[in-house]
Amino acid sequence: MPDLLIELFSEEIPARMQARAAEDLKKRMTDALVEAGLTYGGAAGFATPRRLALAVEGLLATSPTTREERKGPRVDAPEKAIEGFLRGAGVTRDQLEVRDEKKGQVYYATITRPGRPAAEIVAEELEKIIRNFPWPKSMRWGAGSLRWVRPLHSILCILTDEMGEATVVDLEIDGIPAGNTTQGHRFMGEGAFAVSSFDDYRAKLRRDHVVLEAQERADHIWQDAGNQAFAAGLELVEDPGLLAEVSGLVEWPVVLMGQIGEDFLGLPGEVLQTSMREHQKFFSVRNPKTGRIERFVTVANVETADHGATILAGNQKVLSARLSDAKFFWENDLRLVRDKGLAGMAEGLSEVTFHNKLGSQAARIARIEALSRDLAPALGADVDMVGLAATVAKADLQSEMVYEFPELQGLMGRYYAEAEGLAPEIAAACEEHYSPLGPSDAAPTGAVSVAVALADKLDTLTGFWAIDEKPTGSKDPFALRRAGLGVIRIILANDLRLSLGQFVDAQLLRQKITLHRHKASSGEIDTLEEVVEEIADHGVFGAAFHAVMERLKAQDKAPEAGDGSVLNGVETSLPELSVDLLAFLHDRLKVHLRDEGIRHDVIDACLVMPRADDLTLLVKRAQALGAFLGSEDGENLLQGFKRANNILTQAEEKDGVEYSYGADAKFAESDEEKAIFAALDAAEPEIARALEAEDFAAAMAVMAGLRPAVDAFFEAVQINTDNQVLRRNRLNLLNRIRATCLQVADLTRIEG
Amino acid sequence: MAQTNGKPRSFQEIILRLQTYWAGQGCAMMQPYDMEVGAGTFHPATTLRSLGSKPWAAAYVQPSRRPTDGRYGENPNRLQHYYQYQVLIKPSPPNLQDLYLGSLKAIGIDMDLHDIRFVEDDWESPTLGAWGLGWEVWCDGMEVSQFTYFQQVGGHDCAPVSGELTYGLERLAMYVLGVDHVMDMPFNDPAAPIPLSYGDVFRQTEQEYSRWNFDIANTEVLLRHFEEAEAECEAILSHPYEDPKTGQRIVMVHPAYDQCIKASHLFNLLDARGVISVTERQAYIGRVRALAKKCADAFVQTEAGGYAA
Repeated sequence: MPDLLIELFSEEIPARMQARAAEDLKKRMTDALVEAGLTYGGAAGFATPRRLALAVEGLLATSPTTREERKGPRVDAPEKAIEGFLRGAGVTRDQLEVRDEKKGQVYYATITRPGRPAAEIVAEELEKIIRNFPWPKSMRWGAGSLRWVRPLHSILCILTDEMGEATVVDLEIDGIPAGNTTQGHRFMGEGAFAVSSFDDYRAKLRRDHVVLEAQERADHIWQDAGNQAFAAGLELVEDPGLLAEVSGLVEWPVVLMGQIGEDFLGLPGEVLQTSMREHQKFFSVRNPKTGRIERFVTVANVETADHGATILAGNQKVLSARLSDAKFFWENDLRLVRDKGLAGMAEGLSEVTFHNKLGSQAARIARIEALSRDLAPALGADVDMVGLAATVAKADLQSEMVYEFPELQGLMGRYYAEAEGLAPEIAAACEEHYSPLGPSDAAPTGAVSVAVALADKLDTLTGFWAIDEKPTGSKDPFALRRAGLGVIRIILANDLRLSLGQFVDAQLLRQKITLHRHKASSGEIDTLEEVVEEIADHGVFGAAFHAVMERLKAQDKAPEAGDGSVLNGVETSLPELSVDLLAFLHDRLKVHLRDEGIRHDVIDACLVMPRADDLTLLVKRAQALGAFLGSEDGENLLQGFKRANNILTQAEEKDGVEYSYGADAKFAESDEEKAIFAALDAAEPEIARALEAEDFAAAMAVMAGLRPAVDAFFEAVQINTDNQVLRRNRLNLLNRIRATCLQVADLTRIEG
Repeated sequence: MAQTNGKPRSFQEIILRLQTYWAGQGCAMMQPYDMEVGAGTFHPATTLRSLGSKPWAAAYVQPSRRPTDGRYGENPNRLQHYYQYQVLIKPSPPNLQDLYLGSLKAIGIDMDLHDIRFVEDDWESPTLGAWGLGWEVWCDGMEVSQFTYFQQVGGHDCAPVSGELTYGLERLAMYVLGVDHVMDMPFNDPAAPIPLSYGDVFRQTEQEYSRWNFDIANTEVLLRHFEEAEAECEAILSHPYEDPKTGQRIVMVHPAYDQCIKASHLFNLLDARGVISVTERQAYIGRVRALAKKCADAFVQTEAGGYAA
């Protein structure tokens, strides 16, 4: 059983693509071998900057011979049919066998497919794999047409038998023949060498300064860097992403630790770390006592006669140039903040376009400020502090530091707000208003941060809704789904009680004002601005709009609002946008709650209830219903409801009327009928009290308690009696039961 | 005369050694293009010659201008006018990486002491409608060159593929010479009768251009020139290939491409003056790209571009 070794040797493969490529080579080759009938013992893929390799051990030397028996025509069939069969089966007539069957004598052919040597199959499949390799980006070079991630220089492909005898697989792709040679390190290798097996390959690579396994390179870097830091009384700052990348940039890792110039140690640690990681791919080394970053670790690809002194000096010099830039930015930013404050820094934002339809960053900040002020009272935050926080929260976008390192946005805002001496809540809001950015990022909890964070996200959502740039399918270029989930997570994490609809309406209207400011008449904009102010009083846009228009009409100051006017356009489009955006948020909430184990039908039953724009209430209801349905009482509630509802619905459909006229206890005949009136009379105030207190579990417990009375009623009383007065009264009674139960959730939507 | 071994001693010696090295590798030693460009890639010896099927090998120094990088000669590393060294070989030879490493040795970088790395960096020029794959080359953590295999230029697939090397000469020289501020770098041999530093040659011009680029350049004039260059480029290319006077087929690619280069530089100047908004930027870049594409379309209709009657 031979072993297979493949190496594809090329110019430097991007670090980020190596691991995936090694895995793809392994998967595609082993799948193809198995498909061709070649089973194997084990396989492993490898990648370094200059090579992809695959070792397969215990491969079958030849694929098994297969036999297939095929039934043909009868012996007396027309000649043409028999010839057709021979052609199809690829056999001659004398190879056919005649068997007696019930219907007469029939021809049979046995088709034998002889096994093929492994080398032949490997050659065929490897060529296909190379030609169709799934690189994220590939290229051509020279005058050839082959595509690879970077120019492919050589192919090593050998089969090694049990005696250790290696044979080159006969293969040539675009003028590159497969062979049994490769080379080691670009600078420390001794040139080309031949290999006879995987062990030989691995050992000779190591001799020529190449560590084949990425994990071994990473382990070496991590341990050596950790040891050097420890020896200096320091500790390495963990960075798995950087470690993986650096392991893909070297074949022979040489770890060197260097000093950061004294001048730069006063920079914020995040700035040092970001600059070193992004520009130089350096690890940071921290003083565990002070938490300050004091040194760096770089990983070279070569051992030198001076033990890396020249390399380290060069790296230090480059780092100094980079950090001089960072220090220059930091000092300029601080000077600006001390002179003019963050508000001064934010000035230029009126020149920065947020989106060509949605105006400048300054316009956006003004909208966020207005909304965050609206939100502040409901969050128990100081309105003016929230307003100030909103106006300065994005000022750092104008800082030189964030221009250079966009990933430091928010964090620099916090530093600069602290430098200006702004309240800690405001400094925190500068950083936290972007949160939550992903599943691992927590939602903010400080009231000021919460107000600005919510306003920021709602402004983004309403803005893109207003210009009809909603996410579709896999396309979500403005990360609106993330913004929607952010709104939900902030509300739920803080147990916020907000009628979201009102704030969505107000912000949609602000977006419309931005959009129409230049084409609408000033009277129209003034009117809309009045409406924004009044939405809070009326709860929704529509009512506020009508109130303002009525008042203006009464004063004879109402602008023209006929067809084609901006006012008319806003009046008709805004409520639809608002409903649509809330539905989007509800969809995101469904996804979020499903991940938390709440059934989709339970959520659906709660979404249609009043005040569904209060997400905390909605979730409370859904959680209570979900828990309740799992209990015996829940089963009682559901069955009692369903029984009443089924009979009533059938009758309503048959009669074409809705039985919503109150039932009258005086028509109750039997004790059971009287009992249910009494039970309802007793239950209803209790349910109302529980609902008032938002104690959904208690309300449902009371409803569940009705079941014995309901069951007894159905046992004793025939609903569809001939007496129409009695029948109507009983149907109206069922309606009373149904209506009572529907107060907690739309139980008709519950499955099972 | 430039020494051929040991450490170079001046900025110009590094240039001379690169010239000697690449001449020795068979490249045509071109001279800088006589127009203002943002990078060596704009030289027709690269942009246009990377198109079509004809083999090509050229190397040259190209003065490059990036008005927004002006720092009045004060920043140790940033200049609004600097030099690039450019090599273009088509088809890219299989040993191009080795040839490149040879050029580093030629300017005194000892491979036994330094750490040379090829770090992924895909190149794209939105104004030229061009892209390629390759690396930035690091020497001891510093980027010393761009190494690119051109895949597309002016919207045309490159076949064969050109290999392009770009050295940022000031930065590379500062590293090799051990200088911390570009203005302190010896321009000629420090032992020469009249030793000149980079600052002696360029400090004043950096100040002058920084002031003009940022505050003085007449934006209305620049804008008009942009429009004119754009119109002229299109007008030139709209003429029939056959010249009525000589009766010959003469496609006027280079005169049209000069207008494209002009438009590109005028855009850079307008950008430095801060009169182009973020949204307008994309539109301007698109306009220059449209010109570059038309020039590329026309070039492949010429003999140098592989056209055969």
